[in-house]
Amino acid sequence: MLEIRDLVVSYGAVRALHGVSLRVERGEIVTLIGCNGAGKSTTLRAVSGMVRPASGTIEFEGRSIARMKPHEIVRLGMAHCPEGRGIFANMTVEENLRLGAFTRDDAEGIAADHERALTLFPRLRERLRQSAGTLSGGEQQMLAIGRAILTRPRLLLLDEPSLGLAPQVVRTIFQIIREINAAGTTILLVEQNAHMALKVAHRAYVLEVGKIEMEGPAADLAASDEVRKAYLGVA
Amino acid sequence: MSHETPPTPGLVSSLVRGYMPFVVAVGVAIVMQVVVRPNVDPYPAKLLLDIGINCILAVSLTMVNGFTGQFSMGHAGFMAVGGYASGAITYYTSMRVWGAGEARGGVLSGMLGGEGLPWLTVGDGLFLFSLIVGGVVAAGLGYLVGLPSLRLKGDYLAIVTLGFGEIVRVVIQQTSPVLTSAEEVRQATILQLPTHVGGSLGFSGIPYYTGLFWVYLGVCVTLIVAFRLKTSTFGRAFLSIRNDEIAAEAMGVNTTRYKVWAFVIAAFFAGIAGGLFSHTLGVGLSPEAAGFLRSFDVIIMVVLGGLGSISGAVAAAIIVTLLPEWLRGVAEYRMIIYALALILIMIFRPKGLFGVREVWDRATWAWLSRRKSGTGARGGARE
Repeated sequence: MLEIRDLVVSYGAVRALHGVSLRVERGEIVTLIGCNGAGKSTTLRAVSGMVRPASGTIEFEGRSIARMKPHEIVRLGMAHCPEGRGIFANMTVEENLRLGAFTRDDAEGIAADHERALTLFPRLRERLRQSAGTLSGGEQQMLAIGRAILTRPRLLLLDEPSLGLAPQVVRTIFQIIREINAAGTTILLVEQNAHMALKVAHRAYVLEVGKIEMEGPAADLAASDEVRKAYLGVA
Repeated sequence: MSHETPPTPGLVSSLVRGYMPFVVAVGVAIVMQVVVRPNVDPYPAKLLLDIGINCILAVSLTMVNGFTGQFSMGHAGFMAVGGYASGAITYYTSMRVWGAGEARGGVLSGMLGGEGLPWLTVGDGLFLFSLIVGGVVAAGLGYLVGLPSLRLKGDYLAIVTLGFGEIVRVVIQQTSPVLTSAEEVRQATILQLPTHVGGSLGFSGIPYYTGLFWVYLGVCVTLIVAFRLKTSTFGRAFLSIRNDEIAAEAMGVNTTRYKVWAFVIAAFFAGIAGGLFSHTLGVGLSPEAAGFLRSFDVIIMVVLGGLGSISGAVAAAIIVTLLPEWLRGVAEYRMIIYALALILIMIFRPKGLFGVREVWDRATWAWLSRRKSGTGARGGARE
């Protein structure tokens, strides 16, 4: 579904990615783990068109998207849930969700997905008329994911959904990520919380300073000594 | 491309759906001219006119600085371009056709009112045409300036737009004197005429068509468009850009395109305001109209009203127009008190009078009841 080959991204003189290759198959949850500054978010931004790669190819469902703009890529069926959630704080929850459907005009489909987002996140239903800026961190993350669902993505990019959330909330969010995947949406998940990410993912890639260092089934990586030492804090 | 064409909400369809408001707009404008104007003294009538023009400027700038959160400091530049373009059209057309530059309007134009004249005349048609051309020229310029510069953010955009206003001012200063005899005008070619708009001396002799009818028609149309923009899908896209540009892109909003649109629409109405301004009795249109002081005036109105609030912009336009007039009594302290009043308003209402909200939003007044019940929200519109 998504195939990245030799992706190189630079911010001015600083090279953030030195040739990253990865692949996401339909129906999978694939996670990209690594430390701060390893280039995880940059990879996602390049995929969704927010940064332009210096070289390398990105194919989404067989179509090259490396030179496309973000708003074009959204219309192809890919949603990016940016780091730090990026909700529209001045708008109500309802308005945020409606913006998720910005690219669509199938009223019935939108209504169905709207309902689906509220079923996944019942908390949002209680707060529809509330200003999104007044939500708690966990609720904001739920809103960001719910809003992304309204773009009806076949591939959902999640950037650090656990960032700054209480462990209880993190578990809820990951449970819902699993449900979204079970309903047929492929997910590429970037996480620092390697422990949770490896639990929900089918396959995983480990990114270190702009390069893929390891890859494999999530369970294998979670069991490997290097990953346990470096990312899971197990001696 | 195999994927379906992107469904983009149509701008025109979101703006012109339903014509009733426009009918009401014409009604309001006629009342202003036929009922209000003859029953007030010339001085308050002139203030009403200034308020109207400032409303158009403030509400149009709200679409850029308020809705999309871009910081344009060149609004007066667009206004001046519109003013000069429409002024040149009415003045030189009148000179060519009628041999004289005076206004030939009907009852609905001018500030003096005319007994026994028809409601509308050919002159009014010419004026309306010139206003629209002025708006279109300003909008075109808005597109040219906007396309490259809206890739810039924040301060950089502010500097570019500030520079744009100054360029307009300097270019107008370099123009040749106005042709005052019908003979000269007839001999000049069409392309020479726009270069004869008075230079630094100002463009005098523009016919006085502007009256309360035209100004308030302009105000109403600007308000209708602004409200429809704000409440349409289009408007939500604008506001999303202001909130979080990256997230807006992630939702599929073509941010550059929408920013340019906001800029173009705002420039169009600034151009209309300029046309109304340049055809006003007792106004000498000079290059200073494009200067940054004028742009700052409009920015003050927009910020004072609350970035993004249309009714706030209207309220602020009224306050900013009237405050210096009320303070005429204290002569030399006038500008000090004016400045002080602005500072105080910003201290007590840091998000402007209404924040992004409108007067009739219940949340606008929520802070009042909160304060009464003693739960203590201190000043400032909450969002």
